[in-house]
Amino acid sequence: MFQNRVAITGMGIVSSIGNTVEENLKSLLKSKNGISPIINFKTRHLHDIKVGEILKTNAQLATFLKLPKDHNYSRTALLGCIAAKQAVAKAKIKDISLHRTGLISSTSVGGMDMTERHFKKFHENKNSSKFISSHYASDSTEKIADQLGITQYITTISTACSSAANAIMLGTRLIKTGQLDRVIVGGTDALSKFTINGFKTLLILSDTDCAPFDADRKGLNLGEAAAYLILESDAIVDEGNKEVLAYVEGYGNANDAFHQTASSDNGEGAYLAMRKALDVANIQPEQIDYINVHGTATPNNDLSEGIAMKRIFGERVPDFSSTKAFTGHALAAAGAIEGVFSILALQNQVMFPNLNFQTSIPELKIIPITKVINKPLKYVLSNSFGFGGNCSTLIFSKGK
Amino acid sequence: MKACFINGVASISAQATFNQSCFLEDVIVHNSKTINAIHPNYKDFINPITGRRMATGVKMGIAASKLALDSAQLACPDAIITGTGMGCIEDSEKFLNSIIENDEQYLTPTSFINSTHNTVAAQIALTLDCKGYNVSYVHGSVSFESALYDAQLLLHENEASNVLVGAVDELGNQFIQDIVISEENQSQAILTPFGEGAHFFTISSSRQDGSYCELKAIQIINIATPDSIQENLKEFLNQNRLLLSDVDVIVLGCNGDEFDCYYHNLQRLLFDTIPQIHYKHLCGEFFTASAFGFWVATNILKKQYIPNSVKLNNVEKSRYKNVLLYNQFKGRQHSFTLLTSC
Amino acid sequence: MDALKQELKKNIIEQLNLEDFTVEDILDDDPLFGDGLGLDSIDALELIVLLDKDYGIKLTDPIEGKIVFKSIEVLANYITENRTK
Repeated sequence: MFQNRVAITGMGIVSSIGNTVEENLKSLLKSKNGISPIINFKTRHLHDIKVGEILKTNAQLATFLKLPKDHNYSRTALLGCIAAKQAVAKAKIKDISLHRTGLISSTSVGGMDMTERHFKKFHENKNSSKFISSHYASDSTEKIADQLGITQYITTISTACSSAANAIMLGTRLIKTGQLDRVIVGGTDALSKFTINGFKTLLILSDTDCAPFDADRKGLNLGEAAAYLILESDAIVDEGNKEVLAYVEGYGNANDAFHQTASSDNGEGAYLAMRKALDVANIQPEQIDYINVHGTATPNNDLSEGIAMKRIFGERVPDFSSTKAFTGHALAAAGAIEGVFSILALQNQVMFPNLNFQTSIPELKIIPITKVINKPLKYVLSNSFGFGGNCSTLIFSKGK
Repeated sequence: MKACFINGVASISAQATFNQSCFLEDVIVHNSKTINAIHPNYKDFINPITGRRMATGVKMGIAASKLALDSAQLACPDAIITGTGMGCIEDSEKFLNSIIENDEQYLTPTSFINSTHNTVAAQIALTLDCKGYNVSYVHGSVSFESALYDAQLLLHENEASNVLVGAVDELGNQFIQDIVISEENQSQAILTPFGEGAHFFTISSSRQDGSYCELKAIQIINIATPDSIQENLKEFLNQNRLLLSDVDVIVLGCNGDEFDCYYHNLQRLLFDTIPQIHYKHLCGEFFTASAFGFWVATNILKKQYIPNSVKLNNVEKSRYKNVLLYNQFKGRQHSFTLLTSC
Repeated sequence: MDALKQELKKNIIEQLNLEDFTVEDILDDDPLFGDGLGLDSIDALELIVLLDKDYGIKLTDPIEGKIVFKSIEVLANYITENRTK
């Protein structure tokens, strides 16, 4: 039934380790993290947490996008527009309306960064009331669509920290089944007091640089980011003789159905997501060359994910690393930025280090990659898991 | 795409829709600006220990999903897909207030957990122990249609045989007041009340004795003008090999604001000889109100009857085969949904 | 001490929405988690906030919480020894 292979022909990213794909790659290769105390807004927790923050103000981002002074873009929308425009430019799309093009974006808090500043006083003046509509999760997606000129199918996914992986998955399915020819997929999330305090109540924020898959990991660093991929059908690629950065080869989505915020002891949801992705890609576990793990550095996630990996791969777990020690955990954007990193790994035949690792988790005895390593890579697997048991896995393969 | 049958339906709304034997014969006329749903007794569906932290939206979702599964005689679906415009907004408001009032101190996790938009689908999965595909859509007035489209795709790909699709929105307390005030500042404001509700459907690849109808197609359109939407609509019908004259009933999301011109054009120019239906005066306007319209349409097809309370004109037909739904919000988030009797 | 236990029972019922319980239903030695009241890990996080807000006790480790929240008896003793307000 399925004939279309789904190619990635462009990508864009803004994260705490760079404002372009090239800057992100440079930081990854130099093992330079983007974790620091928060500066863009005041919070009581300044000294208790470190974050992966993009060191540009909203005003700077708005100027970059040439927005009018009275705009109502939330930071989530600003970041999303910048990353999505980069992706379109990279894919050398001249007239976006020439093919059936859709947009699937994802976000966890939407415009909460503005809502929390204006809540309770929305009607004091127009500068506040304009942010009522930017609260909606659909708002950043619509603004991206407006910036790109996408008028037909657009939607927004929110499955907590696995959101962007599901956006990539849906876009792939829509092209595979011939519903659309091109889909721009990804996610955006800005840091907000809302999420910082939310994660704080769960006692899973680290006060130091996070250490994924380390025995002494203390929790995660939150981050902010946006990243988008351009997915295109074979037909568009052939017609334009376009460069293919990588292919989306497999995908899987499952629910852990265990707990509202915690992962199960046997990593069932993660196991099922990886299993399905391998089945869709029609490859064996041993064909996976590198895994960009979810690896949030919370005691619970890393143990559960490690157990699931061992269930899939046995004692021969492929080379793996979590890049969250570079960027922090960018929630709904995480799956997209790690998609970009997975593609960069395939393009450059290189694996990125899992920073801050010292001792392996005793129950797992598995050791991530701790430095930049070059190696032939054909298949890269990327995991994204979220609250509510939402688990998703993507498999990317080398482009042509 | 492959055939999709609506085998189970459930509605919790500002009308007595949770009672499956009623179909809007006796309706409540709402005159206030905001209306709450008529809530069932949730203790019949949720044990008190599990239910004590659940947001209203989660409770509505669990009860409605149980009823939708029961009416299709299904214990557990292969996938759960939901849509919500605002998520569990009551809890988001509560967490925001605590942050502001207590200056980021003494915050508890429950209202934060309930604020994640996927919490309804997640807690249904937890309740049913359903480990299958699970996604939540949050795109305003096409949140439900996005979920429906994904479900149709899953069946088409043979990735699932039975999918639970639903939509939930809470009225909340504070944010809605801000929305009401902004609306009042508009030149032609929304005239229906603002509401809330939960609507769930069991969608399956095979037909059952009790099937309501077949879901033929869904289309989501980001931007259109009152003129261009007519072309979009004709193209949509054309893709489904239907003529304008094949449409037996048109279900419209009119709410009285200036953007009703999108509906008026279709009513006047394309569908003046068939039954026209509206519903937001009964359930209120909210981001997933169109799921109430969908519930109305599934019932019309099964019962072959249009209740007076939803009629916009006096046209009747002896048989209803194709029902077309069209909804938009403020000139964006347009959707067409096509249902056929089975 | 008895007053503190009563206060704790009342606050726990309120904070954790245990609407089907009354103060009389909770015995001093009843296990709060598992088979007793049936509380779970999210409740533990809620109780950590209650300790901080009402008694000025800061617990940061959920595992430490598990010991402290064994029963009303244990909790009341812990509060008496460690409270700062």
